[in-house]
Amino acid sequence: MPAEPLIEATGLAAGYGGAPAISGVEFTLLPGQTLALLGPNGGGKTTLLRALLGELRRVEGTLRVRARCGTVPQTERSRLDYPVSAFDVTTMGTIAGLPWWRRPGRREREAAARALDQVGLRALAGETFGRLSGGQRQRVLIARALVQDAGVLLLDEPFSGLDRPSADGLETLIGELAGEGRGIAIATHDLEQARGCDLVLCINKQQIACGSPAEVLADLGVLEATYGGAIVEIPGTGGRAILPPHHHHH
Amino acid sequence: MLAPLQEPFMQRALAEVVLLGVAGGALGCWVVFYRLSYAVESLSHSIFPGLVLAAIAGIPLLLGAVPAIVVAALAIGITARIAGIDREAAIAVVVTTMFGLGVLLALSPQSPPGIESLLFGDVFGVTDADLATAAGLAVLVAVSLRLLHGRLLIAGFDRGTAPSLGISPAIADVALLILLAAGIVVAVQGLGNLLVVAVFVGPAAAARRLSDRMLPMMALAAGLAVLAGVGGLYLSYYAGTAGGASVALAIVGVYALSLPAGRLRVSRVRSRTAPTGATVT
Repeated sequence: MPAEPLIEATGLAAGYGGAPAISGVEFTLLPGQTLALLGPNGGGKTTLLRALLGELRRVEGTLRVRARCGTVPQTERSRLDYPVSAFDVTTMGTIAGLPWWRRPGRREREAAARALDQVGLRALAGETFGRLSGGQRQRVLIARALVQDAGVLLLDEPFSGLDRPSADGLETLIGELAGEGRGIAIATHDLEQARGCDLVLCINKQQIACGSPAEVLADLGVLEATYGGAIVEIPGTGGRAILPPHHHHH
Repeated sequence: MLAPLQEPFMQRALAEVVLLGVAGGALGCWVVFYRLSYAVESLSHSIFPGLVLAAIAGIPLLLGAVPAIVVAALAIGITARIAGIDREAAIAVVVTTMFGLGVLLALSPQSPPGIESLLFGDVFGVTDADLATAAGLAVLVAVSLRLLHGRLLIAGFDRGTAPSLGISPAIADVALLILLAAGIVVAVQGLGNLLVVAVFVGPAAAARRLSDRMLPMMALAAGLAVLAGVGGLYLSYYAGTAGGASVALAIVGVYALSLPAGRLRVSRVRSRTAPTGATVT
């Protein structure tokens, strides 16, 4: 018997009130699957992640989310001058499950320590968040999502700003987390990263395509519709790369 | 050193600055991280007409301050919604209007003598009722901050993802502003309309340079505020300077001392963490 999907979207259009910001979204995410969201800046990647969190108003279509979604934002959005340790940030994930008068206790602290262990950062638990490297901060934010018992992890451009070894390490970690049966959605600019996922969803205000990387990324028409033609052929390799506006490639 | 302690007015003044220092120092750390220093200064100035009216009517100042701060908060909320006026301009417009109104009232023939103590505070004139109010404030702040700590921390860390962690940043803002409003209307009686902002900003700004965890920072800010308050009162007692202004100056002095101390600490932390290979970005 096939596993029950974690997320099912059919003909979904959603927005902030007024005209929908994204439309025609249609995909199914099974446990253990990784989904890459490709699209230009302002094309609706982050908006789609927010829709999955239930923060947008659904205009039409259906959206079923059968697991708790843990969000892993871009680390630049958090404050690096903030007086918190990696452990404090991880513990933040336990608050949602507590009544408002309760503070995180021993159980919550143990869960946070386990999550930091899982992302390989136990040794840096006491370090100030803002003093960690970009890749380490990303791992802390993943640990924060893990302590929420998230069955689905939503990562917003987790690789941006990371050097090669950090990005590779993060990719391995994401693979492990998917291997434990979690669904993973990654907003990214990186075609190579997308190629390593089970599914690729291209979005530019409306969904352009969704399928396996082999079918979606081979179709030049899809990439052109997604990025508006800012694609370059890499000479000699037959590969393609995207030149997103205002974005540095790493 | 002990002679001033024999004087009942000095005992009450010391108790007042200790209570206000604990409440103001701890709350001030959130003021610093939520970037509310300007809001604190504005709210404290905007309650001036309420204080003057209370003085004219001969009722407790608190009864004038509370409605005035509610009016100011509502006026700022409404003005900020007018197209073409941003939040900062809205605050400036409302505060100048309210403060101007207060000055008009203060200069009217009905106003009683000694109105300048509303501006500069009368820390040596605090009554037992004032002390009881300050104690109530200290308890309210301590209990609220303990209950709200985790949620305030999340909303201040990253407003965008706070909702996905079950936290509403707007509710965190409102809770903090209510506590600040309560703190201002109580502290203004001792420290005065113009100087009250010092206790909410100075000690916390100093503590921030000396600590990089929230709870130690709050404890340190409260301690520094109490220290500066007591130091300011002694200065005032022996040098014959104005009470509220001496306390405010002592707070500024504590902040000035934290500058070199903070630099020392940063360089020590750098040399400690550098060899681990953690990239500083």
